Amino acid sequence: MEHITLLLAIVVVTALVFDFTNGFHDTANAMATTISTGALKPKTAVAMSAVLNLVGAFLSVEVAKTISGGIINENGLRTEVIFAALVGAILWNLLTWLVGLPSSSSHALFGGLIGAAVMSAGWSSINGGTVVTKVLLPAIAAPLVAGVAALLATKLTYRLNRKITDEAQLKSTAKGYRAGQIASAGLVSLAHGTNDAQKTMGIITLALVTGGVLAPGSNPPVWVIASAGIAIALGTYLGGWRIIRTMGSGLTDLRPPQGFAAQTSAATVILASSHLGFSLSTTQSCSGAVMGAGLGRKGGVVRWSTATRMFVAWGLTLPAAGLVGAGAEFLTKQGPWGVAVVAVLLVAGSGAIWLLSRRKPVDHTNVNATGDEPAGVVTTAIAAVSPPPAGLNVPDLKTTIHAPTAETPADRPATV
Amino acid sequence: MNIDWAALASVFGVSLVITVALVGLFTLGITGLAKQTATAQGGGGGVLARTGAYACFALCAAAVAYGIFLIVV
Repeated sequence: MEHITLLLAIVVVTALVFDFTNGFHDTANAMATTISTGALKPKTAVAMSAVLNLVGAFLSVEVAKTISGGIINENGLRTEVIFAALVGAILWNLLTWLVGLPSSSSHALFGGLIGAAVMSAGWSSINGGTVVTKVLLPAIAAPLVAGVAALLATKLTYRLNRKITDEAQLKSTAKGYRAGQIASAGLVSLAHGTNDAQKTMGIITLALVTGGVLAPGSNPPVWVIASAGIAIALGTYLGGWRIIRTMGSGLTDLRPPQGFAAQTSAATVILASSHLGFSLSTTQSCSGAVMGAGLGRKGGVVRWSTATRMFVAWGLTLPAAGLVGAGAEFLTKQGPWGVAVVAVLLVAGSGAIWLLSRRKPVDHTNVNATGDEPAGVVTTAIAAVSPPPAGLNVPDLKTTIHAPTAETPADRPATV
Repeated sequence: MNIDWAALASVFGVSLVITVALVGLFTLGITGLAKQTATAQGGGGGVLARTGAYACFALCAAAVAYGIFLIVV
């Protein structure tokens, strides 16, 4: 290990940080519905998810051979480019977490890579067609597939249990639904650990190969597997409570049958897509499944204002992470001092976002609080960005933010 | 650009069928058990309902096992 240069060490640490943000960003995918329907206590849910993520990291032997799956030309990729891409992805993950919106961590990484690669080697290093087939099309397909499946499953399950009316039987079925939901959520966690921890292992391995520490084509060393698994598990255990709240109770109100249908749909879509050769984003599948389950219950409502903000975040993921990645690459190109500046900016940016999040913390105690909270999170973000003291402004801003919510009844019929 | 429509369509179809089938099976299982407890309280048998319910759960467990198999392999 004495060959590891300072730059390589920085890249490895940054990759692990990305893995960590990936963990807490994506806890919601597996556990949001489980927490909001009360199937598991919040702390128990994230602990279970963390353990399964860790197990998942060690399960599979096949580690991603490329970082981007062909989106960018990885031949001769410089270590600095990987670093710049990771910076873009981490900052976008943290920002979406601050406003509590679920967005795909892989897309953030792709965005960062595209931005950094374009800045480093020009537009010719990007395979535009692959961007469409691997990012844009799946982004539209994932929520649709998972949503339709969850919608039909919810309708079916409510139809089958419509004769269950007395108190004791309802209690018994609710218990059953919760148990089923935990099983589905466990599968999602396990699949997440295998897929996403491997992505980080792939990045670190590629960086080590680029830096000449490992021979090309070699398997990741044990310390890489272990550290990637531990980083993602720690991130998962920390819990992205803001995103869990949006997904579990912000998009729609989930009851146990819906939670079960949503989580089962998400687990099925994730497993089916990755094994039939058309990879779909975990985050987008889960969000789609939650919305589908929301529409499937009679009288169920999807909060389209929250959903719209989420869609906007999905659309922005690639360009925003790309811009940050390009900016970071521009600095790292200037030489070692540029790398140092980017590292300092990354730490400062992450610290600032963390400080902003402390103004209105969301944790396991208030994760299921419903009502105005999703708007409140954005309000805090906006209020925190504007110079005047946030505490005074929050009431005023809240009323402004509420305007789109008032409009939702108008567009509701069109979408059913 | 080469969009693999066949893969996309099969993902859509397979996800839809499996989700609906699993959720349906599981619902049959838990409603069966719920009814069985009710009839048992009334003094009736309900062995058939119980067996049917466990058969449903067994199929769901098999699906979960297959899911884990897919993740590992």
